[in-house]
Amino acid sequence: MPQEIERQYKEILREYMMRQTEQNLYEGQNFSRQLIQKNIAPDEVISIHKATLEEIYPELPMTVWNSFDLLIEMMIRYGLAHAEHQSLLQQQEELKVEMDLAANVQGTLLKTTVPVVEGLEIGLVSVPARRMNGDYIYFLSDHVNNAGVAVADVIGKGLPAALCMSMIKFGMDGLQDATADPEKVLDVINRIVEKSVNDDMFISMFYGRYNVAESIFTYATAGHEPALFYDAKKGEFSELHAKGLLLGVVAKASYEQHSVKMETGDFVVMMTDGVTECRTEEGFIEPEVVMSLIHSLRHEPAQTIVDNVYKELEKMQNFELRDDFTLVIFKKTS
Amino acid sequence: MNIQLISKEEENIVKAIIGGEIDAFTAPMLREKLETVQHMADLHAELEMSEVSYMDSTGLGVIVAFFKNVNANNGHVKLTGLSPRLKRLFDITGLGEIMDIETDDKGGSES
Repeated sequence: MPQEIERQYKEILREYMMRQTEQNLYEGQNFSRQLIQKNIAPDEVISIHKATLEEIYPELPMTVWNSFDLLIEMMIRYGLAHAEHQSLLQQQEELKVEMDLAANVQGTLLKTTVPVVEGLEIGLVSVPARRMNGDYIYFLSDHVNNAGVAVADVIGKGLPAALCMSMIKFGMDGLQDATADPEKVLDVINRIVEKSVNDDMFISMFYGRYNVAESIFTYATAGHEPALFYDAKKGEFSELHAKGLLLGVVAKASYEQHSVKMETGDFVVMMTDGVTECRTEEGFIEPEVVMSLIHSLRHEPAQTIVDNVYKELEKMQNFELRDDFTLVIFKKTS
Repeated sequence: MNIQLISKEEENIVKAIIGGEIDAFTAPMLREKLETVQHMADLHAELEMSEVSYMDSTGLGVIVAFFKNVNANNGHVKLTGLSPRLKRLFDITGLGEIMDIETDDKGGSES
């Protein structure tokens, strides 16, 4: 093999020494690609060059040959750096495969089913900015009279955030009570999170529950973006505020709980800051823009609204999400 | 992002003047700076933030961590000069309730 390489190189060098054309130079370029593919180190290339030159021009002065020895010595480091680079590339490839696996596991682990209850439409879109999603949606429902949803945003993105949210999942799994009050739900999750996270990690979470018999939406929030309530009769949006601290900051936090009566055509919009903090080159997309977008779609089914809002905001941001994007709509249809 | 720490260590007083954008890229720098002082006992820290143009949840995380650490050592953290946008962030997250915050427009403490 090395002999074959030497032979080829000799050919190229000889050609180039005779005629310094673009074509001959290009041959050299191509050949170097082959050498890289075969993991030939730079110092070896110079050795080959030297050996070939000795054959073609044996009469060159000793100083020239000696200078090559120095050059070879100098190139050894480059060769090592190249080998290191190769091994990093391989490691990166392995990590990528692991990340893909983890993302799949996350998808399976955190899967939740959109509940179906009478008179209520639920629309959901949740898109990660990177491979792993830092937003989390969990539905809790008895599929008859109560439909609850937790919308959570773990600070930070990627792997640590994804690991963190399995805590919420298991906390919610433990509850398994669709009639549980939102303030109680947040209190339980806060205790779990507070015990288990670092100082600079926390989660914001909104929990809302729709009761079919009373047409009442009850909610509490742990430092999360306020949900929007659309009053169809007035044709107006209002923010659903409630006092409550982020999960994981202090062990004993209390959460305010409020309710709102829903009429046909009313809907509640729950989201993460990937929606409210949309940024374009020119600056933030104002909340009014998001609201008027939703308003223009108010007669559509809940899923159509969220899908279209996502499409529009994605377009405004040049199809480049900076943050995980989650939007849930509870719409009363009858 | 830029940050300037002014400390009078004999009196346990530290004032950090922060400016620019605090996001996922700059927050680690802020954390590093704040970590140099957060373990002092009875620390009185002021974070002056009137020149902060943007802060995301990563920045919020750094400030919460600082707050928790200083409190654990019987110290006190005060945030001053918050823009309405920043103030909203602290209000929504409920942190405005537990932290000492002064906004840009009025001088009075709100917590």
